[in-house]
Amino acid sequence: MAKLLYFASLREALDKDSEQLSLPADITTVAQLKDFLATRGAQWQAAFTEDAVLLVSVNQQMAQADSAISDADEIAFFPPVTGG
Amino acid sequence: MLISVQTEDFDVTEVSRQLCKNRQDIGAITTFSGQVRDKSPDRNLLALELEHYPGMTEKSLTAIAEQAQSRWDIDDLAVIHRVGRLAPGENIVLVVVISAHRKDAFAACEFLMDYLKTQAPFWKKEITKNGEHWVEFKDSDRQASERWD
Repeated sequence: MAKLLYFASLREALDKDSEQLSLPADITTVAQLKDFLATRGAQWQAAFTEDAVLLVSVNQQMAQADSAISDADEIAFFPPVTGG
Repeated sequence: MLISVQTEDFDVTEVSRQLCKNRQDIGAITTFSGQVRDKSPDRNLLALELEHYPGMTEKSLTAIAEQAQSRWDIDDLAVIHRVGRLAPGENIVLVVVISAHRKDAFAACEFLMDYLKTQAPFWKKEITKNGEHWVEFKDSDRQASERWD
């Protein structure tokens, strides 16, 4: 099972902070996972469409759309960071 | 190296003293501390809520600190970032760098702040008298960070 995490404005928009997901076999990259999540309904579609600025990390390292993912990974989605 | 993500306040002088303890080779200490600022003209800000990604936050701050250590001739450093609910005027972030000479200490301190603002997973929400909203990412922060690339 992959662990998915959502932070800040994205967490609020989806009304969800985390979930366990058994990754379908045909999902092997971040981009494919985003496409999959976008099919879950209007809020998800708005959050995961291409023009939404969303950052992603895989196992707590910043990742890109073409980064590989597997069923054992911790994958987090979040808006641009605003610390400091 | 001292890296901490905490709800508690910090004391700038105390952290500097800790880093320099039992050392005679330190000629320069640079510190930057950031505090909660009310940007509204009519003083509407009640508090900032600081959210972060536990685990990744500490890792990314450590990675940024290690980069600073490899790029400049510095002897030790501290990065402390507060999370949770903070009122205007309260401390948010502290960077302390100690070194033999000031030039490296200044540069490393600035680099650490610029990088943590764009790379460490923290998010600020403003709680105002008129409601709540997430702070928008600033392009000037991205540019400040990119000048070190």
